[in-house]
Amino acid sequence: MPDLERFRADLRDWLDSHAPKALMGAPGNELEGVWGGRKATWSDPDRKHWLELCAERGFTAPEWPRAYGGGGLSRDEARVLRQELAQRKLPPPLIGFGLTMIGPVLLQFGTEEQKQEHLPKVCRGEIRWCQGYSEPGAGSDLAGLQCRAVLDGDHYVINGQKIWTSYADQSDWMFCLVRTDPSAKKQAGITFLLFDMETPGVSVKPIPLISGSSPFCETFLTDVRVPTRNVVGQVNGGWTVAKALLAHERTMIADAFGGGAGIGKGRGIAGWAHDYVEFEPDGRLGDASLRHRIAQTEMDTRAFVLTTQRARDAAKAGHGPGAASSLFKIYGTELNQRRMELLVAIAGPQALGWEGAGFDERELDLTRQWLRSRGNTIEGGTSEIQLNIIAKHVLGLPD
Amino acid sequence: MQLVLTEEQELLAKTASDFVREHSPLARVRALRDRRDEVGFSRALWKQMAELGWVGIRLPEAYGGAGMGMADLAVVLEQLGRRLAPEPFLSTVLLGSEALRLAGSEAQQRAWLPGVAAGERLLTLAWQEARSRFDPCRIETWAEPDGSEFVLTGEKIQVPDAPVADAIVVAARTGGSARDETGITLFLVPRDAAGVSITRQTRIDHRNAGLVRLDGVRVGADAVLGDPGDGGRLLQRVVDHATAGLCAEMLGAMSQVFDDTLEYLKTRLQFGVPIGSFQGLKHRAARLFMELELARSATMAAVRAVDEEAPDLARLVSLAKARCSDAFVLAANEAVQMFGGVGMTDEYDVGFYMKRARVAEMCFGDAAWHRERWARLGGY
Repeated sequence: MPDLERFRADLRDWLDSHAPKALMGAPGNELEGVWGGRKATWSDPDRKHWLELCAERGFTAPEWPRAYGGGGLSRDEARVLRQELAQRKLPPPLIGFGLTMIGPVLLQFGTEEQKQEHLPKVCRGEIRWCQGYSEPGAGSDLAGLQCRAVLDGDHYVINGQKIWTSYADQSDWMFCLVRTDPSAKKQAGITFLLFDMETPGVSVKPIPLISGSSPFCETFLTDVRVPTRNVVGQVNGGWTVAKALLAHERTMIADAFGGGAGIGKGRGIAGWAHDYVEFEPDGRLGDASLRHRIAQTEMDTRAFVLTTQRARDAAKAGHGPGAASSLFKIYGTELNQRRMELLVAIAGPQALGWEGAGFDERELDLTRQWLRSRGNTIEGGTSEIQLNIIAKHVLGLPD
Repeated sequence: MQLVLTEEQELLAKTASDFVREHSPLARVRALRDRRDEVGFSRALWKQMAELGWVGIRLPEAYGGAGMGMADLAVVLEQLGRRLAPEPFLSTVLLGSEALRLAGSEAQQRAWLPGVAAGERLLTLAWQEARSRFDPCRIETWAEPDGSEFVLTGEKIQVPDAPVADAIVVAARTGGSARDETGITLFLVPRDAAGVSITRQTRIDHRNAGLVRLDGVRVGADAVLGDPGDGGRLLQRVVDHATAGLCAEMLGAMSQVFDDTLEYLKTRLQFGVPIGSFQGLKHRAARLFMELELARSATMAAVRAVDEEAPDLARLVSLAKARCSDAFVLAANEAVQMFGGVGMTDEYDVGFYMKRARVAEMCFGDAAWHRERWARLGGY
């Protein structure tokens, strides 16, 4: 593939002469990095520069069409880009729900006008998106949502409440599920629409979590007026759009957690253990049960990574996905939880610090991450809901 | 490494799947068991499999083989595993001829491999002893040098297909002590050598296996495979390759028993509805599906690591065997539970899978043993 090799060579030249050296080795994955948006604050000018450089070449959304601000790259070229960034330990220039959730959905369901309006702003990091799905009475039973939208001329008027809206307080626009036909069967009366968070009647309140900080908010919608042209897909046909978006969300969450991200990644779990438990002179970890738990977690991680690779290879060979995205969501998040539990077990009493004296930064960070990780199997569709999806759609078991 | 079947492998899988449907239903395994068949498999079918090119699939073309890879063989083994075909792939293809392929002299290869590829001669490898448990290098069978010859004494257990093998590759100690990897030598011992006695063993899966007693068996230097004293590494390599192949067979069996269970969940009625509509069973089935998917990924990586001589072959093989052992046992146990009372009867087939799962689990080390090995290879 000479074309691909030429692409790689050009890319290397460009990265070597342009990418900020200070960013090499900086952390970053789907949930950690530059989110952009109107409220973005730039503590690190290199990050801003890196975003602008990449946006100019369409590298924030490598596989999206150039017409919408993407890079227009083939799947192979995008893979080369990921490889070259990873090799230089460069963080992704931009992350967020615009790229991972609403963008792919607009590409599939959006009107030409909607694509033109929203996608370039996503690519340039100008607009940050949040997800208005869950409600106090509609969690796992998402289709039971009650947030009402009533047609008034060429606008919908929305009244209701959303909950667990990640980063609503820092976002600029919301993609939202509302009930437009209360008399229809519950999935049939839902519409998917978009609105600016600065629209009058939108108010947001953060929800503190057991881990102290929180990305989650309650969002209250009172007489919020949204133009009808902001409906994505069909009126009352929002459930189809909603489900497509959920598949993207599951994939994003699995990608973020499954590869053994976070604490202990560099040195491995055994490396982390060196600071807390006895090793024998020959390098062997003396505690057999701990040794087995570490091996088990490492092996689960390797098998999971191989499974994501297999799904990619199968898709590339045109075989369709080897396994459902639900599998990756369940396994990736549970694996992250097992990993956190194991790191806590290894650190022992040093994992109990909330703040202050006697605990170092890594330990305090672990404690918060462990607490936070308990939500991984709830958000984005609980593991139990994912198991239902596998049972019905993959295994064909009856309702 | 690409974790996807090539078009040729897809075709091979189809051929093997059709073959199993036509010639190898589970009823065949049941019949062999019920009549206490001494051979334990069908020599006629073995011959057919050889004619299809499966027996010599990994052997050089010069010896009548197809010169293909472990990933190709794995495709066949998976399909045969679906209905527990008991033909001697493990003994003859994965162990005996693999040792010869890797370390045999030209004379040894020429003497044995064409007959193997033609389906006319059977080989096996005797490594396990009463006190070995899962460690292939825990060997007390002794090979005493006597001039240019060696005299072998010891007993090997559960040697696959030993009662019908034409020759046995025997792992014996020419130095070192019981647990050392060094000091092991592999010998190719003809079954009719003086001092060899073989007794058929009956295990829960009823596949052919035997006790091999070596009572002062005298062999020449030309029986040595590879370098004397350096057989431990060779043995480990053969066992790793064979383990990857065994995982493919296990994958087929666990996939089939899972498919059969799903079918039962969809058709068995209680309280007026299919039992597969109950969430208590749905979620267990979905979790089992995930375990099977991970076992498949690990197995595909392990068989490709054999073909690519990957540096982390040993770890990938341990990963695959640990996952396949756990997943197969779980799939079989869950099958019996979900079939309910009839799952406990001999009339239904699920019991065959549960028994085969145990034997396969114990072969080359169970999951805990491979996790321990993973840790050791990782330096902790």
